Amino acid sequence: MLKISKVSKTFNLGTVNEKKAIDQIDLTLEEGDFVTVIGGNGAGKSTVLNLIAGVYPIDCGTIELAGENISLYPEYKRSRLIGRVFQDPMMGTAADMGIAENLAMANRRGKKRGLRWGITPNEKEVLKQRLERFDLGLENRLDAKVGLLSGGQRQALTLLMATLQKPKILLLDEHTAALDPKTAKKVLTLTDEIIKEENLTAFMVTHNMKDAITYGNRLIMMNDGKIIFDIKGEEKKNLTVKDLLEKFEIATGEELNDDAVLLVKD
Amino acid sequence: MTGLLLSLQGAVAQGIIWGIMALGVYITFRILDIADMTVDGSFATGGAVCAVCIVGGMNPVLAVLLAMVAGCVCGFITGLLITKFEIPAILAGILTQIGLYSINLRIMGRSNLPLMQSDTVFKSVSELTGLSAAQASLIVGALIVVLVIVVLYWFFGTEIGSAIRATGNNERMASALSVNTKTTKIIAIMIANGLVAFSGALVTQSQGYADVKMGVGAIVIGLASIVIGEVLFGNKRGFKLRLSSIVIGSIVYRVIIAIVLRMGMQTDDLKLLSAILVGVSLALPVMMAKRKQVNLYKKLTGKEVDKNA
Repeated sequence: MLKISKVSKTFNLGTVNEKKAIDQIDLTLEEGDFVTVIGGNGAGKSTVLNLIAGVYPIDCGTIELAGENISLYPEYKRSRLIGRVFQDPMMGTAADMGIAENLAMANRRGKKRGLRWGITPNEKEVLKQRLERFDLGLENRLDAKVGLLSGGQRQALTLLMATLQKPKILLLDEHTAALDPKTAKKVLTLTDEIIKEENLTAFMVTHNMKDAITYGNRLIMMNDGKIIFDIKGEEKKNLTVKDLLEKFEIATGEELNDDAVLLVKD
Repeated sequence: MTGLLLSLQGAVAQGIIWGIMALGVYITFRILDIADMTVDGSFATGGAVCAVCIVGGMNPVLAVLLAMVAGCVCGFITGLLITKFEIPAILAGILTQIGLYSINLRIMGRSNLPLMQSDTVFKSVSELTGLSAAQASLIVGALIVVLVIVVLYWFFGTEIGSAIRATGNNERMASALSVNTKTTKIIAIMIANGLVAFSGALVTQSQGYADVKMGVGAIVIGLASIVIGEVLFGNKRGFKLRLSSIVIGSIVYRVIIAIVLRMGMQTDDLKLLSAILVGVSLALPVMMAKRKQVNLYKKLTGKEVDKNA
């Protein structure tokens, strides 16, 4: 489904702040793969996600998604194929627009926008039903401005918006990191359910090792712009946090300091 | 007394046709969230194109439409500078505006172009119906402005219109939902300046001449209309009322001007008055919010805080 080959990215090239963020990465995701991505700060996990999304251009290599070479596509053009949930709950929705209006915008992702109504009464009914399933208590507040919602509600709404039109890949950028533990758990469970139900291909960046092990069928660990560990299937199911810490030491020759890299064990 | 009433009637008529310009400013300033300085130039471009066409014998309605197209072209240039070349919006607008000053002089061939005895929309209506020129201007202007509001209300409810609103509200979200935000920005700025030039053309027909300086300070007048409308009606109402409030703001602005002029203010001082009006109107909500915060703190924390403050 997704094929990344020999992709590199260096920030601030030719300045004192030059930083090689991604170093010759190769990664192939099969259809239905749910990959969790962990790594310390500056390991490059969010950068990979942003390179797939087209937030910034890649220096070299190719990115193919659903058979299409999207290496040089601008962000909006890639968004036709990609669903995204950001770390910041404010980022994925338009605060001054209504709940239904936001959903209707998402319902047109990948479609040509013309002079038809931005939202039709029939569509509103359908969107209401989709929202009911999320159990946020928002289905009767369709005209309320999204800015009035809590961070958790906005993040759940963004998740629904990202999957309203089935994406070729769902990109989740630490999308529960800014939420309180209880809400984070709820959004994560919801994420897992949707991915399974719709058989989505998903790429989830997280700081939480336990979440990375619990969810998904494949786990990738990154360090210093490289993928240092890639595990899937049965092997992944039996993985423990202790195993992950060991793997990190073996791969990098350094001891993984929890505080320094901000990885969370539970 | 009749003198005052007459000048008020004139002020209302002026407020209505300048209100179309304010609607254009609203699209960029509030919907797209950028201050588009092109307006001062494109307003005069609208007037210049309209005047040249009418003096050349063109149908006045057609002349207005052509002026509108010219305004859209001005907006396109600013939009291109902002999106394609990533020039900051304020600077991009100023560049187009300055360039347009020369272009407007070229269009007219001189700095001031009177329409003389040529037909205008207002004259034709006045002749057809037997109404006075001022009344005709009032009625025609009102009809046009209602039409513009209806069309804008429809447009911003469409898919493209929604995409434009989303772009102004949260560009990253729009981009993640496959909206080409460069295109939506350009379209919005084009429509905005089309309306501004449309207004400039109507003002030219109403006052009987076009002047290269007629657009100076137009952006401030547009902002004044928007903030007066917001002060009067708030900014949380429905979109239709929101658009109407801007035109009403424009009318109130003209009435204020008419009154201070009758009270003996010099026309030269008007621009200063406009600037102060907008500055104060934009500053007031901020000051009031801060004051409310401080009062709340004092109330919740107790009086003793006063001694330390």
